Amino acid sequence: MERFKPDARGYYGAYGGAFIPEMLLPNVAELQANYLSIINTESFREAFHKLLRDYVGRPTPLFYSDNLSKRYHTQVLLKREDLCHTGAHKINNTIGQLLIAKHLNKQRIIAETGAGQHGVATATACALMGMECTVFMGSVDMQRQAHNVERMRMLGAQVIPAESGSKTLKDATNEAIREWIRHPKDTHYVIGSVVGPHPYPDMVALFQSVISEEIGKQVQEQFGKAHPDVVIACVGGGSNAIGAFYHFIDNEHTRLIAVEAGGMGLESGKTAASIALGRKGIIHGSKTYLMQTDDGQIVEPHSISAGLDYPGIGPAHAYLRDTNKIEVVSITDEAALKAGLMLTRTDGIIPALESAHTIAYLEHLQAGPDDVVVVNLSGRGDKDLITYQNYFNHEQ
Amino acid sequence: MSNRLDLLFEDRSAFRLSIFFTAGFPQLEDTAALIEALQHSGADLLEIGFPFSDPLADGPVIQSSSQQALVNGMSLAVLFEQLEEIRDRIHIPLVLMGYLNPVLQFGVTAFIEQCVACGIDGVILPDLPADVYVAEYKAAFDAAGLAFIPLITPQTSPERIRFLDEQCSGFIYMVAGHGTTGGAISLQEEGAYFQRVKEMGLRLPKVAGFGVKSSSDIAFVQQYAEGVIVGSAFVQHIAGGCSDESIRSFIGGLKQVN
Repeated sequence: MERFKPDARGYYGAYGGAFIPEMLLPNVAELQANYLSIINTESFREAFHKLLRDYVGRPTPLFYSDNLSKRYHTQVLLKREDLCHTGAHKINNTIGQLLIAKHLNKQRIIAETGAGQHGVATATACALMGMECTVFMGSVDMQRQAHNVERMRMLGAQVIPAESGSKTLKDATNEAIREWIRHPKDTHYVIGSVVGPHPYPDMVALFQSVISEEIGKQVQEQFGKAHPDVVIACVGGGSNAIGAFYHFIDNEHTRLIAVEAGGMGLESGKTAASIALGRKGIIHGSKTYLMQTDDGQIVEPHSISAGLDYPGIGPAHAYLRDTNKIEVVSITDEAALKAGLMLTRTDGIIPALESAHTIAYLEHLQAGPDDVVVVNLSGRGDKDLITYQNYFNHEQ
Repeated sequence: MSNRLDLLFEDRSAFRLSIFFTAGFPQLEDTAALIEALQHSGADLLEIGFPFSDPLADGPVIQSSSQQALVNGMSLAVLFEQLEEIRDRIHIPLVLMGYLNPVLQFGVTAFIEQCVACGIDGVILPDLPADVYVAEYKAAFDAAGLAFIPLITPQTSPERIRFLDEQCSGFIYMVAGHGTTGGAISLQEEGAYFQRVKEMGLRLPKVAGFGVKSSSDIAFVQQYAEGVIVGSAFVQHIAGGCSDESIRSFIGGLKQVN
């Protein structure tokens, strides 16, 4: 079967493309022309696979949670991406992109980060492969994820605060793109999600697709089933979700559920539910759903989780939504915080606030007792301790 | 009627000064008065920036002017209202510059109609790649007599420059250096690139910009191009207010021959 991919110009249906200024064209064209041929070489595959296995710690376990299964009267499995080296799925992509950057003889790496997980994963891969690393991070995010800022610095990366706009992920991305414009020859930009101009959405999806590849094998081994009945993942830009969905996209027996960050509620004006509230437009070089004013100005999003605090959505998800291949739901900040504590107490796993959104959705899921429900636990919650603490101290 | 940009650049021996400013900055209602003052001060053409929340190709000066303009209430709809009767008083070419998303939300057809109604001569949309322009919008722009002005950089290949020269119109915006607008560049380092483009003998006139701020910068560019664009330096100059006198002295300073 042919893999899920955009057309030659980078479109998933009406979404995607490469809406970039002429200044970025050489950089992007170089990637477009080379990414697939590099990824398909035997030496790349071997190096990538070996690093994912021996360095990242893949395959990550698929953990059958007795407690959640009893609680929700179905079979709940947690795909433990939180056990990846550095604590989230993000490193699957940064390892892949660093290998591509090496292949293209780039000397310097730049990245944007929201929660800091992608920044840490990029700084980690750069330390391993001996590359200079600069990470742009919104100054608001630097405060709420201070721990990850220190990790990046310890890993040798320079962290530059983005002070424009809402000082979060969107603005960090703007600054990273501007930096790339200023350094068109020696620098590779490691985008952390399935957003940005073609070929990023496809390239990042390919590197993250290892998640669903493993889920498929593990469900087969543990249940003797060809595929799970439900896969649930959170979406900000959508990289862990596309990774968890990838091999089941054309399988009509698997329900794919994308959980957006509802923030303070869809009606509140303080939300990051870009698919629910967005309209078609252009953000960061890609045509997709985004939250915007009638005048086409991008709206500042809100989510308690820095990793979901993004006003757009990867173009593949926009297409999958329009073609009804995924269901899109949203979970509020408060429900996510409560679900995070619940999982901590029932299973001894502190989830990232991003991933806590997926746990919170279990309460609303309609599933049969024999259904195999896979929840993609995309990251661990150490980085969110202060946010969790503030919330629960306030509640008591 | 012929496009005013084509008429302006008919005489390739003359050197033209273009000024960029952000519509709605420093005050929402400054647009029309600024255009008049700039024409009277001797600017040969104007680029009117319509603000966007996330201007990827712009440096800090134009970013913050855009943000202020949005806070002031500027939008494409407001801008077209302000420009409605501008052609009663203004004869120099006017170009709109901004990002694609506001245009898409306004509607490309409605945008072109409004440009024609207000006497706009050309459009610069940095994040609308020329390939997409040619495939989807060129026919409508051509029919309306509206120029689509392309950007090139030191990295743009000769083949690509030829393609842009054939398919686009108005002039070629020669971006100096690798950077966003208002960058600290050494123009002298761009001599080889400017010379290379000059020797291509292009159909369209070349106008250089990004980081140009002084009369000596302009004298340097004059060796290679038919015009020059001053943006960030002007926006910074009027940030505190834009009296006719201060605009006259700014333009006068740029036109001073060293």
